[in-house]
Amino acid sequence: MSEILSAAVSIGFFGLAFAMVLYLISVGLSVTMGLMGFVNLAHGVFAMFGGYAVTTLMNDFGMPFWLSLICAVVIVAAISVVFERVLYRRLYGGDELDQVLLTIGLVFMSVAVAKYFWGPLAQLFQPPPELRGQVDLGFREFPAYRTFLIVCGAVLVTGLWLALDRTRFGAKIRAAVDNLRMAQAVGINTSGLFTIAFALGSGLAALGGGLGAELLPIYPGYATDYLVYFLIVVSVGGLGSIRGPFLAALLLGIADTAFKYLLPEIGSFFIYALTLVLLMWRPRGLVGRS
Amino acid sequence: MAAVAEHIVASAAETFARRHRFRWYEALPWLVALAAYFAFPDYLALGSQIIATVLFALSVDLVLGYAGIITLGQAAFFGTGAYAAGLLAAHGMGAPVIGLFVAAAVAALVGLISGIVVLRTHGLTQLMMTLMVAVMLHEAANKANTVTGGADGLQGMEVSPVFGVFHFDLYGNTAYFYCLVVLFICWFLMRRIVHSPFGRSLTGIRETEARMHAIGSPVFRRRLVAYTISAAMAGVSGALVAQTTQFVATDALGFERSGNVLIMLLLGGIGRLYGAFIGVPLYMIAQDRFAAIDPVYWYFWIGLLLVLMVMFARGGVLGIIDRVGALLRRRR
Amino acid sequence: MSEAATPAALETRGLCKNFGALTVANSIDFRLARGARHALIGPNGAGKTSFVNLVTGVLHPNDGRILLDGADVTPLSQAQRVKRGIVRTFQITTLFRGLSVLENVTLAVSERLGSGGDIHRPAGSRRHIIDEAYGLLERLGLHDEALRPVKELAYGRQRLVEIAVALGLSPKVLLLDEPAAGVPSSESGTIVDTIERLPAEIALLIIEHDMDLVFRLARRITVLVAGQILVEGAPPEIAADARVRQVYLGERAHA
Repeated sequence: MSEILSAAVSIGFFGLAFAMVLYLISVGLSVTMGLMGFVNLAHGVFAMFGGYAVTTLMNDFGMPFWLSLICAVVIVAAISVVFERVLYRRLYGGDELDQVLLTIGLVFMSVAVAKYFWGPLAQLFQPPPELRGQVDLGFREFPAYRTFLIVCGAVLVTGLWLALDRTRFGAKIRAAVDNLRMAQAVGINTSGLFTIAFALGSGLAALGGGLGAELLPIYPGYATDYLVYFLIVVSVGGLGSIRGPFLAALLLGIADTAFKYLLPEIGSFFIYALTLVLLMWRPRGLVGRS
Repeated sequence: MAAVAEHIVASAAETFARRHRFRWYEALPWLVALAAYFAFPDYLALGSQIIATVLFALSVDLVLGYAGIITLGQAAFFGTGAYAAGLLAAHGMGAPVIGLFVAAAVAALVGLISGIVVLRTHGLTQLMMTLMVAVMLHEAANKANTVTGGADGLQGMEVSPVFGVFHFDLYGNTAYFYCLVVLFICWFLMRRIVHSPFGRSLTGIRETEARMHAIGSPVFRRRLVAYTISAAMAGVSGALVAQTTQFVATDALGFERSGNVLIMLLLGGIGRLYGAFIGVPLYMIAQDRFAAIDPVYWYFWIGLLLVLMVMFARGGVLGIIDRVGALLRRRR
Repeated sequence: MSEAATPAALETRGLCKNFGALTVANSIDFRLARGARHALIGPNGAGKTSFVNLVTGVLHPNDGRILLDGADVTPLSQAQRVKRGIVRTFQITTLFRGLSVLENVTLAVSERLGSGGDIHRPAGSRRHIIDEAYGLLERLGLHDEALRPVKELAYGRQRLVEIAVALGLSPKVLLLDEPAAGVPSSESGTIVDTIERLPAEIALLIIEHDMDLVFRLARRITVLVAGQILVEGAPPEIAADARVRQVYLGERAHA
């Protein structure tokens, strides 16, 4: 009995850490898709370059972990603004197919760029010394870095939710997601809002990519291979919502960990089947509005 | 007054009829294919693959260009057909034409079942569903690697001669014509479909769905039929590839395959029936030339091409031809 | 009264629809008699188009039933209701703009006759469908423009094509959603004439803002306000009703 409990706790713990990473990366996608109605299949590219930035700054420049994270976020957010202003903006409100094809093109380019600069192998990521080893949580010992991920994730998620609920900026986002034309009529500068929201979402993705470099290895195929995960989180969670994807990320993170641990022969098949069923049941996502 | 009415109706009927009559340039793809056979005898293997992929792109054109359903998972049907034909050939039933029919039937069934689920949704959810189906099948094929051979591929495929007479030679002669004949038949059928009332209603559904509902069109049913036919065509193309290469692996179901065919179709022109005939050879010949030199660069340039095309040349090569034609007409 | 004995052409009972806090239909009991010339009026946002959407099946009601000739059609889809004879036109012209006038009507006739899904023969090969469509255009005076693309027509003529398409579906109940909306007054006369000459056996419900049109065409008027029926009656009664005047004219009624 205690074995089952122990296994459950392990799955819950590791699943939760994974869920945090997935959520941080995907929440930006949910907001931009719900806000701008833009199908951005290249969202994983920002997470990937965030990961490359962190590992490169740490490994090649000896920068401390914390500083690397901040730099990665800033760099990627800045680049994302360029993308948004130059490319994405022209396709807002346009044909979904155009958006799909454009972002697929960007993903392809990112694969090539990553391979060119960093080679085909996964980047080496070593947590800073203070986050290595095990940490004793009273009843059991857990890997320190995963614990850090959970704590860090919880803090960020709480901060994000508070910001959305309590700040004026958050209110504007919620208004615009709810009814764009009304928001514009009321005088909200939706154009600027889009850019800022996009930059924030991409920055968060970069943060998630950097933090999660152990869980989702950073290599050129990152943006294509993990795209499915991000899309699952967003579509099952509900576009434009920031709470829905958290629930979806929890489901996905824990289920994925559980299956890999208990039924590795089945692999991700059940995850996909579960997604299919969930989308059939709730096409707008778990938290989506009808 | 009656004579005038008669004249207008006859004129209208003539206009409608003219639309589906064969035009001289429709013979071009087949002439080019025949010419290529004689001009490039060393490249027949590539030629067969191009022809089979044209059929794959046609299947996407039907569902995307005509029915307006964006799919990120057409490889699901391609791969299903490929594995159906491959498994038959690996278990002693190597008759190719029978393999094609089985592949079409199985792929159509998968298309029908997934279509019933997928087509009830819209927008991102629908996109996700098409992706999920393909990803699920890909994962299943990977995990069932005792049956499918996994990523390394199915072993032991033995394809018999076509009709017991034309055996698949090493130079690819039989394969080339086998694929060409199958493509011709499928193209002919698709052309009929596109010009039929059913085909025109698909265009209506794509452009003004509200109006189609309002005139009593069973929109869901029409879409489902298009989706199923498209799946069958994709299945046949997968079977062709499997049979002519005597190989099938899990990449037949992969996202890359679904993505590549979208690019090829965009290159030629979506919803034009002939976009596939232009985009697929262009893409595959270029890939054959350049990807071998440097696969990294290939991905970069293809990605860039895609971005530029979406921004500036959305109609593909056919779109550019249209624009040039309109420009020339205005000059006169 | 004979009305209660024979079923109405169209009837709604307790029809309710709300979007969250917004109620667009509040338990609407409505009867459209056979061969009716009935108008539905009301201020903007009263829920008139929503009512049409509910009756035609574009919207699903939260509660209530819709009956066609006494038969419950509430569970039927939009296309199924069209086959039973509930046909509508759109407030904003929703035609296939690149196709000719004749082709738009032919499509509708073709669907009605069950040939719309034929996959084995080329489109336009059935002469009798084109004949019937052309006959309709003649009746509406659109035959001169039969082969012209819809987008080249004056807006008033396009609104007529909408009506032609609707007639091609052999409606029992025809719902015209603001047939004269957006049409310059020089062209609206033709539309009114056309509506007047519609077959008597069709039960007609017109949504309109143009009061001249309403009073000329309607034998019965229903006033809808905030999703509820305010009052119903013959035109003179409605014109004299103080509540209607207040809803429409506001303070001017007292000035």
